[in-house]
Amino acid sequence: MVKCKECDAEIRIPDDSIEGEIVACPDCGSSYELVKGADGFSIKPSQLVGEDWGQ
Amino acid sequence: MTERKNTTSLTLLYDNIRWEEKAIYESARKRGIDITNVDCKDLILELDGPRYSNKIIIQRCVSYFKSLHSTAALEGLGASVINPLNTSIVCGNKLFTHMKLKNAGIKTPKVITTFSYEAALSALDVFGYPTIIKPTIGSWGRLIALLKDKDAAKAVIEDRQHMFPLYQIYYFEEFVDRPPRDIRAIVIGDTVVAAIYRYSENSEWKTNMALGGRAESCPITKELEDICIKSTQAVDGKIVGVDLMESSRDGLLVHEVNNTTEFKNTVRVTGVPIQDMIVDYSLQYN
Repeated sequence: MVKCKECDAEIRIPDDSIEGEIVACPDCGSSYELVKGADGFSIKPSQLVGEDWGQ
Repeated sequence: MTERKNTTSLTLLYDNIRWEEKAIYESARKRGIDITNVDCKDLILELDGPRYSNKIIIQRCVSYFKSLHSTAALEGLGASVINPLNTSIVCGNKLFTHMKLKNAGIKTPKVITTFSYEAALSALDVFGYPTIIKPTIGSWGRLIALLKDKDAAKAVIEDRQHMFPLYQIYYFEEFVDRPPRDIRAIVIGDTVVAAIYRYSENSEWKTNMALGGRAESCPITKELEDICIKSTQAVDGKIVGVDLMESSRDGLLVHEVNNTTEFKNTVRVTGVPIQDMIVDYSLQYN
């Protein structure tokens, strides 16, 4: 469990998560990228959709 | 990334882990295959440094420019990248793709291209309305507009005059009379492994899943298989998503080949384990 940096709500990190995966805050919808550290996952804000994204 | 000699390992290069990247990673891991996820954003490549021979890299960056340039660097350093650089160059640009398909005898929607505001409007007087304007590079339906008449064309083209020069390459595609759906077929090597219909939602004429369309399984007919394989070969693709329309006048038309194809909806709707097939194909790739 981590705290949303925008609204402080709790974000659950599923057991099968992998580094780089995107999680969203259930309350405010902010998106975060999972970063793996020695103590498990932390989060950093994810990039919004880029102009050159997609297929 | 460090040099490895083990050719039974895979590298998955990403900038965002979507459903597809996670599915590929888990497919390999569950079967005991050595796979390493590498975030392109963390990559530091010495272009004159150590070589990456014997590395098999599944290119999965969602950012086209990160994908293109990291492929160029890694392939230049000896790695086997799926898809290769030439495929990425061609598939990332609708005009380049169009010419490759056309020269391979594959039916595509009719297109005209111009390089100035004046030429664009003159050309459309002959080409006619409605027509579709598309950026030559771009995805998910962004900046694609249906131009129903000259006033609409003037408004959109004038806006493009104030944008990055790429958007002043005017690419106009015929508005194809078709059912409210298109087809996405996934090709791995020389096999069409699955296909779906993508339906547009409500009054939306674009069928991109990113815009909220819905998907249904599509049968792989001999005609569909032939045109998809031919299209894949035209762009030297290895793992691609071929997009087609069913023209009421011309039959199946290929309008795009995607070099970092999304396949979540295809797996969901068809049940075909595309992620497993990608891993199997990649292990044998060199």
